Amino acid sequence: MGDILNIVIKRLGLGLLTLLVISVIIFGAVELLPGDIAEAVLGQGATKENVAAMREQLGLDRSAPVRYFEWLGGAVTGDFGNSLVSQKPVSEAIGERFSNTLFLAVYAAFIAVPIAIFLGILVALYRNTVFDRVANILTLTSISAPEFFLAYVLILFFSVKWGMFPAIAKIDADMTLLDKLERTFLPALTMVLVVVAHMMRMTRASIINLLASPYVEMARLKGVPAWKVIVKHTLPNAWAPIINVVALNLAYLITGVVLVEVVFVYPGIGQMLVDSVTKRDFPVVQACCLIFAATFILLNLAADIGAILTNPRLRHPK
Amino acid sequence: MTQKKNSRLIDQMATDAKTGRINRREFMSYAIAAGMTASTGSLLWSSNVSAAPKRGGTFRVGVHDGNTTHTHDPGKYAAVAEIQLAHVHRSYLTEITSENGLGPDMATSWSASPDAKKWTFTLNKNASFHNGQKFTAKDAIASLNYHRGDKSTSAAKPLLTAVTDIKADGDHTIVIELSQGFADLPWIMTDYHLVMLPANADGTIDWKDGAGAGPYKIVNHKPGVSTNLTRHDGWHREGAYFDKIEMIYLNDPNARQTALITGDVDAITSVDLKTLNLLKRNRNIEIDNVASGSAITLPMFCDQAPFDNVDTRLALKYAIDREEIVKKILFGAGSPGNDFHVSPNMPYWPDIKQRTYDPDKARFHLKRAGHSSLDVTLSAADSVLPGAVDMCVLYSEHAKAAGININVKREPNDGYWSDVWLKKPFTFVKWGARPTPDNMFTLAYKDDAAWNESHWQNARFNELLLQAKAELNEKRRADMYREMCQLSHDDGGSIIPIFVNFVGARNKKVQHGPSIASSWELDGGRGYHRWWFA
Repeated sequence: MGDILNIVIKRLGLGLLTLLVISVIIFGAVELLPGDIAEAVLGQGATKENVAAMREQLGLDRSAPVRYFEWLGGAVTGDFGNSLVSQKPVSEAIGERFSNTLFLAVYAAFIAVPIAIFLGILVALYRNTVFDRVANILTLTSISAPEFFLAYVLILFFSVKWGMFPAIAKIDADMTLLDKLERTFLPALTMVLVVVAHMMRMTRASIINLLASPYVEMARLKGVPAWKVIVKHTLPNAWAPIINVVALNLAYLITGVVLVEVVFVYPGIGQMLVDSVTKRDFPVVQACCLIFAATFILLNLAADIGAILTNPRLRHPK
Repeated sequence: MTQKKNSRLIDQMATDAKTGRINRREFMSYAIAAGMTASTGSLLWSSNVSAAPKRGGTFRVGVHDGNTTHTHDPGKYAAVAEIQLAHVHRSYLTEITSENGLGPDMATSWSASPDAKKWTFTLNKNASFHNGQKFTAKDAIASLNYHRGDKSTSAAKPLLTAVTDIKADGDHTIVIELSQGFADLPWIMTDYHLVMLPANADGTIDWKDGAGAGPYKIVNHKPGVSTNLTRHDGWHREGAYFDKIEMIYLNDPNARQTALITGDVDAITSVDLKTLNLLKRNRNIEIDNVASGSAITLPMFCDQAPFDNVDTRLALKYAIDREEIVKKILFGAGSPGNDFHVSPNMPYWPDIKQRTYDPDKARFHLKRAGHSSLDVTLSAADSVLPGAVDMCVLYSEHAKAAGININVKREPNDGYWSDVWLKKPFTFVKWGARPTPDNMFTLAYKDDAAWNESHWQNARFNELLLQAKAELNEKRRADMYREMCQLSHDDGGSIIPIFVNFVGARNKKVQHGPSIASSWELDGGRGYHRWWFA
């Protein structure tokens, strides 16, 4: 186990370095965008005088490196600065939205991951049957349809026609968990439909891959029933690629849901990132992107650790 | 018609109107057909049909154009959601009434010196801020000064450049002095930036925590998500019938409409025009389709070839089929423009003959300008108006018949106002509604205006503009504006193809008076305190 701890520490260190590089890239990218916050906020109402006055107030008249290092100086001490538009601390602006995004992602993952793996095992078991084909066609259709389209279809049936679930997923901090789960069911379902196919097909493929191995043949010759061959003999060896795909999809559930947020008016972090980029609100953009980057780094790390833990050969290297 | 028959007819009409079988417009036309004058009909409508307002309830509104960057800084108001909220939790010196006239708000009366260079506003003694603090001249002065001076970052700065000094005369009177006569100053005070805020000791204002003196005070404000408000008991006016207001920011047109249909909200500020007719079929929903002064303009740089020739400009003005654009791009929710920036629901609108699509005339003017054919590039972006690029493509099809080739260029949505507008010679622009012709002309048609988007220089127009500004005689003023409109119609550098309606929708249980303002969505942003639940 000491080795794993070693790996975790090493990877976290590398992760911090990655975040630093990403923060430079994001700062550069925001600088490259045409116009700045003064022009973006004032829009049609911008004149030379009020743009200049606003730049001076916000300190935008200083050079780019100076501003970057000033931000970085704060960030290492945990102060991510103030939003340029609202003048409020970034952490205050992002906190609730990020926890909303996490809530929705976890909700969707709780539904999607078991369904995907269970379906994957089933279709591997009944591969090349009608069941396999139908499951594949359905999940591939749902992954191929644009998210907003899936969302609209769900809204049409579940809220407008049948009135079962609300179309607006507006949640408050003081709602009960059950209320929240009901309010956010449709967005969660949309996301489930988007991610299930990928995980299910990877489960199916990695299991079928192993079915040709000699030890599986041995098991079969022994007379082990087909489901037991898969669950007991192949699945443990197929975990590594499945875990990787699951991690990738979990990251997607956090970072790629802007459209779902817009359609269901869900107060998540994606919408905030889009708004802040339009207004060139650099501290907020930076914070959102770093959160997304950290999500990927941590989930990748988790996937690798998971792969090691499920594989005895990697757990006990020579 | 006998008296008895007449009254039975009125009863029948009132019943029809109450049950929603006929709307106000139909009611009015029946009333006029029955031999009544328009004002009698209007009176009948308000006395018979619209019941007396009731207090109570939580009014939930789905508002569009909400952002997580929603600010309380009045100098930076720009998004529709910001403007709507500003009218709910803050107040102005004057207001645009439901009939699109000028009415008192935090100022009870105002008067001007004969040359209109000195204005005196008497403030409402009963007005107070949400923290209970009384509203005084000191607050009014600080609030206006926020938009003046070198340090000001306000987008409303150009409106008040003529103001030289603002002084208090006692606790409840302010005197505004100007460098030139300005008859429209009380109208300017309705501008959405010019909210009244409590003054700090040093003459600055405190805008950060959302203070205000509006009909409702903020309980909970989550930018881009929702705002909850509750009635301000010390409000200085009649109205504010709802106990509570909940504004929910719904940017997606489909989400907005679904929320209204499923009853998650009671009203929405903007309807997707493509599905307007489908929404009309819903029995529980009432559409408010209001003609406004919000115009689309296509400015051409008059100091740059080929637009420097007035015949080229006329050719382009004749080469556009305005009726078809209203029908196909706005789905009927608009009206054709007539190449001057005053709409029929603005004061001083002159009835000048409508210019229609005429490829032959366009060809004639093109020839007079010395061209046999013409190639121009028109820049547009869909962020300005959904369907902007489509409209330009439709225009280019119209113009082909006159031998004009319009190359439509789709510009990036981002930075359209800083990189395309005022920079490229022929662009697509949308203007919000402005209360008076002077306001509009000074902003975008005056020779030296920063936003003179067509670089139009017309000596007579500018002379009239200055004269009309200081003219307090209504008749003479109207004549001046007529001449100015005629000048921009014949010589001006902007094609004004259409005026855009505000189309909102509400649940039938939400009621309002006989007419609603067209300055902004939802009764000029004041439906929150003017409307009520049946």
